[in-house]
Amino acid sequence: MAMTFNKTADHEWELNVCGYTCPHPQMYTKKALQKIDSGDMLTLIFDNPSSGESIQAMCEAEGSDLVDRQEGSGSFIWKIRKA
Amino acid sequence: MNGVATAGTASGGSWLSRKGNLQALGVFLFVVAGSVWALALDSRFVYMLVYVWFGLAYGMLLQYGRFCMASAVRDLFAVKVPRMAVGMMIAVALYAVVAAIVTLSGFSTFHPNAMGWHIIVGAAIFGFGIVFTGGCASGSLYKAGEGNMNSMLVILAISFSQAIVVSASGWWDALVPQSWVTAAAAQDMPAELSVTKGWFDIFTAGYIWGLKGSTTAEIFGMAESAAGIVWLNTFLTAILPVVIILVALYAFYYRKGYLRRSGKAAPTLGDELAGMWAMFTASKNTALAGIGLGILAGLHMYVTGALREHYGIFNFGELLVAMGYTNGLSIQDTVFDPGYWYITTQEAQWGGWIMQKLGIDSMDSIFFGLDNGLPNPLLNAPGFMSIGIILGASVMALSRREFKWKAPTWESAFFAIVGGTLMGIGARLAMGCNIGAFFATVTNGDPSGWVFLFGMTLGAFIGVKVFTWWMDWSAARKGGELGL
Repeated sequence: MAMTFNKTADHEWELNVCGYTCPHPQMYTKKALQKIDSGDMLTLIFDNPSSGESIQAMCEAEGSDLVDRQEGSGSFIWKIRKA
Repeated sequence: MNGVATAGTASGGSWLSRKGNLQALGVFLFVVAGSVWALALDSRFVYMLVYVWFGLAYGMLLQYGRFCMASAVRDLFAVKVPRMAVGMMIAVALYAVVAAIVTLSGFSTFHPNAMGWHIIVGAAIFGFGIVFTGGCASGSLYKAGEGNMNSMLVILAISFSQAIVVSASGWWDALVPQSWVTAAAAQDMPAELSVTKGWFDIFTAGYIWGLKGSTTAEIFGMAESAAGIVWLNTFLTAILPVVIILVALYAFYYRKGYLRRSGKAAPTLGDELAGMWAMFTASKNTALAGIGLGILAGLHMYVTGALREHYGIFNFGELLVAMGYTNGLSIQDTVFDPGYWYITTQEAQWGGWIMQKLGIDSMDSIFFGLDNGLPNPLLNAPGFMSIGIILGASVMALSRREFKWKAPTWESAFFAIVGGTLMGIGARLAMGCNIGAFFATVTNGDPSGWVFLFGMTLGAFIGVKVFTWWMDWSAARKGGELGL
């Protein structure tokens, strides 16, 4: 499945990197966060567990808030508000 | 981080009512049943089961902490996250302390690696490869245990590329200088090994055997003294470099963000130390896995060393002969049996064994024929450690509802095969991977491991540059938002 990155509403974006392994998810997330504006919400969908740790650390370093985490059956849906 | 809402993993009923837990228990009981069966065949298989169970524990901890040493060097450059580098250093420090105790007790199974340029070259090739495979050698095993078929392809590529590298001859022999051929010929080895044919044999006999491998205590003639083991091997070779690297990671990758978040404009020494502690505990799972892996890796050496003492052996091959299994042993009646955490050599044996069954015999090579043998995978003790890692990671991933079969795409399969092949070539040139040539070495006082880490970091840095370029080019070609 190919990576998708779409604007879903005003100030809301969705990045789907399911099927990708390290380092794709964290690198695509970094690029997505660079692209969107401060205060925008990014919904991130991925299924590579180890990327989650790096993405969480990246958000913490940059001050972005991980405001919601849905996890189960090997898939993750996280909502990140860019600082 | 503010406002983190943790996952909603709603569950009710007993622990066993969840399908994942039941499956995890099934995998665990499978290992228990296999162990009982092996012991029923011959109680001396306990030697092999030590590898199995330590492997299982490694796999569980690797999955729990998302502990992949590829991430340690790659994510520093790719996303500027030091999480895994910190976890790796914690594991090194703990392993070094336990290894010192094991060495002092006389049960160490460690042998230092030969120091030379081959380490940097091999480690750089290995480090370049891990960026594209998404995992190091042990990381690929634990990710395979999460159902990741890309990682399974990586393991296949590592296995066969190594087997081919160590046994190839013909035009490959032009890769090595004539002086190595002359030096190899002078080694007076058995004719059946044909050490002047096959580039890796020539590399081994003509170059590697001329190098010296020593722990720091051995270099200073203090290998037999407690002071040499504790101060030179453990403190100077492991702990001090770990402290320096941790301070550098804090200064370059964590400090700025920490001081901003904590609002410290003029930090005191106490603030800096609090920042260091925050860096250690930023990912508790990774830190806990680092502590657990460090201690277990040291204990593994102790248990294997104690069993060797108990059976009066130096190598598992002697036990196999005593049990009546003589196929696949080297001409010295040995098999690969490091006695500690190791990954790549047993994978090379898997590849070599399959090639042998397909009619491609490589027992005339030094790597298989003289040193490691080509035992049946059912009798390959370190091989079972690798299988244990996969199964341990499966147990943990199933119980955490993180197991998912993930089929490769053409693109990811290409990266897995090419990257895995580079990892295999690099690991053989450097005489090990990030576990055998780095983690197990520096913790036992062998400074060659730091040379490996330098080479791996260099390779990963170049790999990230190439990978980033490819990602940008690929996204731009597809016209996606991220390509703009």
